[in-house]
Amino acid sequence: MADPITLTIDGKQVNVPAGTLVIEAAKQVGIEIPAFCYYEGFSLQAACRMCLVEVEKMPKLQPSCTLPAAEGMVIHTESPKVVDARKGMLEFLLTNHPLDCPVCDKGGECELQDMTFRYGAGESRFVEIKHHVDEKQWSPAVYYDAARCILCYRCIRVCDEGLGVGALGLTYRGVGAEITPSHGDHLECDECGWCIDVCPVGALTSGTYRYKSRPWEMNYAGTICTHCGDGCKTTLSVRNGEVIRANNRDRSGINDEFLCVKGRFGFDFVHSPERLQSPLMRRNGKLEPVSWSEAIGLVSDKFLEVAARGGSFGVIGSTRATNEESYFLQKFARQGLETNNIDHHRSGDVATLLDALSGKTKALATVNDLYTAKAALVVGADLAQQHPLLAYQLRANWRHHQSSTYVVSEGPVREDQYAAKSVRAAAGAELAALEGLREDLKKHGDLVILFGASVKGDAVRSLVAFGDSLGIPVTYVCLVDYSNSRGAMDMGVLPDLAPGYKAVDKPGMNIDEMLTSPTLDVLWVVGANPLEHTQLKNEKAFVVVQELFLTETAQRADVVFPAASAYEKSGTVTNVCGEVQRLKAGPKVMGAKPDLEIMGLLAKQMGLNLGIWTPDKVFEEIRRSVRGYNVALPVIATGGAAPTMPVNGRIPVSPRPDLIRPSGDTLFTSGTLGRYSRMLNKVMEAPGQLYKP
Amino acid sequence: MTFSPELEARFARLIENYPPGRQKGALIPMLLYAQDEIGSVTPELLAEVAKRLHVKQVEIEEVLGYYTMLTREPRGKHHIQVCTNVSCMLTGGEELYAHACKKLGIGNRQKTADGQFSLEEVECIGACSWAPAMLVNYDFHFNMTPEKLDSLIDSLRKMQ
Ligand code: SF4
Ligand code: SF4
Ligand code: SF4
Ligand code: FES
Repeated sequence: MADPITLTIDGKQVNVPAGTLVIEAAKQVGIEIPAFCYYEGFSLQAACRMCLVEVEKMPKLQPSCTLPAAEGMVIHTESPKVVDARKGMLEFLLTNHPLDCPVCDKGGECELQDMTFRYGAGESRFVEIKHHVDEKQWSPAVYYDAARCILCYRCIRVCDEGLGVGALGLTYRGVGAEITPSHGDHLECDECGWCIDVCPVGALTSGTYRYKSRPWEMNYAGTICTHCGDGCKTTLSVRNGEVIRANNRDRSGINDEFLCVKGRFGFDFVHSPERLQSPLMRRNGKLEPVSWSEAIGLVSDKFLEVAARGGSFGVIGSTRATNEESYFLQKFARQGLETNNIDHHRSGDVATLLDALSGKTKALATVNDLYTAKAALVVGADLAQQHPLLAYQLRANWRHHQSSTYVVSEGPVREDQYAAKSVRAAAGAELAALEGLREDLKKHGDLVILFGASVKGDAVRSLVAFGDSLGIPVTYVCLVDYSNSRGAMDMGVLPDLAPGYKAVDKPGMNIDEMLTSPTLDVLWVVGANPLEHTQLKNEKAFVVVQELFLTETAQRADVVFPAASAYEKSGTVTNVCGEVQRLKAGPKVMGAKPDLEIMGLLAKQMGLNLGIWTPDKVFEEIRRSVRGYNVALPVIATGGAAPTMPVNGRIPVSPRPDLIRPSGDTLFTSGTLGRYSRMLNKVMEAPGQLYKP
Repeated sequence: MTFSPELEARFARLIENYPPGRQKGALIPMLLYAQDEIGSVTPELLAEVAKRLHVKQVEIEEVLGYYTMLTREPRGKHHIQVCTNVSCMLTGGEELYAHACKKLGIGNRQKTADGQFSLEEVECIGACSWAPAMLVNYDFHFNMTPEKLDSLIDSLRKMQ
């Protein structure tokens, strides 16, 4: 690092490394210089002149957002001259601004309002008629009101630099200048809505939130996105029990401000009119609403009866349920029903990876590592489609630290835009292509390898052997689909492995065996849709389903319990990198109960002693008993992400690569949930074709 | 999308004028020449130029909005641009423009029903020394008066 520089800002001395901008140096001594166009982490614009400061010995005011600190500088950030200049700038910004704050979405959290309150003049010298342009709808998600726009370029830069989409530009000139979407009158883009969040004013508004609320009339719940495995923190804005917005403006999670379209807009499945709100029971061949006690009673009787006669149970768990629910479910199956017939939809070979890493420490990468690693290798995955946050992290690492990314994938991917090298290889044949990258990869100080579902079974071991042979520190990410796919594995929702990847004495039936067993007596499905494309072999099997919607599986059920979604409950989930984070309940949906509670009620009715079924108590048990989960509580309690410790020791994997079937979701789909999200179905982009070169 | 062989040859020469990696510099002339051939910047043309120069579609949108000589709507056979910027304004440019509107019966950026004429009020066209000035397609007409405008339009009408 270059020699530190000492300067004085508002009488306070501050030491910063050479090259630090004055606006950043000021932050270090607690001085916030107002800024519209400056946005940390993005290219400099110097367009708004709000950040002007007075520098002694310099004749003119200087924009502190582009002024590098220099030795001995003496700076005044609130001198009368500066305050006057800001007042003047605001007067210009307001010449054509409609000042419709009373109805503007941003009212109350608007940076232009705040600045005008602080520096602005109470009246304007302009008497001309304001230049007005009508609001435009660019897509189901994004609306633009040019009259409110202050041309700060934030939206353009996050979209282009942050995401690599580049769907926004600036066109026309003078008072007519405005932001333009990628296709003349409409947007074709990722529809992530980040541009809306960063807009300092109400120029960009969101299809789900616009004109619905005032920011102070809502409750906020910081929770974890339930759509993919990346585990973005998202803050739900809840009004009268209904979520109307999701964002992460406080940058509190592992994802900074990033959210993809699913995180920012895909929450609307929660309030879909098709949500189940009462237990259903099959009577005369038809599913009819019944009371909770009747449904619980019937299922309990049936379970006890089948158990008593030594009948067979099949239990299918969820890739979105909390760790507590997955843990409790396997405990219910193993202790309560005395069966190892438990499984879930597996989407990545985590077990083989952990086994192949036996004896190594610090071999699993965290989401943050993707931002700090010197190099990354993506094998057999289209990150921008399937793992938007991980794609964002790698791109940010390249932007800020010039890291190198290598890609081995079947088709073109967005990472090609900046990848050091991109190699095309058929799914399953990626490993052969790696040799060609060996010499390049060895050059780097360290490496993260991310691999998709086409690398499974022995291929995972070969990949780890390849990593070992490079002679540099290598960490891994096994890409899995949903918000708690990883947790379902870790919690032992598997026929052959108990929580923490411990062998069970007698492995049970896997998911395929259950569905095709001619003698299965009971199938109990908690938050999954295994019968989406298949029939259950045993037509006489008694089927119990806990679900949000009447899915194909629920339609086949004898009893359906209406389940709460991740956004309506507490508990923890483990992301694709093995980091544990806490859910916080936001909205409420009448009639639905969290899966943990449903299982608890069932256990109680059956007279089983499986322990207290509150999320906190179950999590305590997980921390005590599941290998790798003795994570730091304060980190989780304060909304942080706590990495699980890598399992150190051999895992008795019975390799079944054939059971690893990724859902093939894209940026705009999310399994069953996506089907019930109006916004995800409304955006017009063809998933997958959109951003290909 | 294909263009005439002459235009293709022109594009090929044009692109060579720019150093490797800076081909996007050819954006404005390419749009302009193509517009001359097909009449306007159509969505197909936009996509084609984006593809050939490896620029994002939105970058072309930016250029299209900024430069008034580029148009999305087809213009008349004779596109009349009257300057009303300072020098022309002082020497009767505004009256000239008003006269053109009346004579043609159309307003700014409009086209006559027969498709012969379109009119546009423009900023400086670099002919201040001979103000008021105007353009018909690429041809300059200097020291204009309403009378000279009348006879010019009449002679253009006869050309049909
Ligand atoms: S929604 Fe996202 S991808 Fe689309 S323009 Fe805005 S920032 Fe860009
Ligand atoms: S739309 Fe918002 S973010 Fe974009 S330039 Fe205008 S004010 Fe800035
Ligand atoms: S990247 Fe994944 S976790 Fe993040 S917002 Fe998108 S779907 Fe949710
Ligand atoms: S913040 Fe410095 S000019 Fe806009």
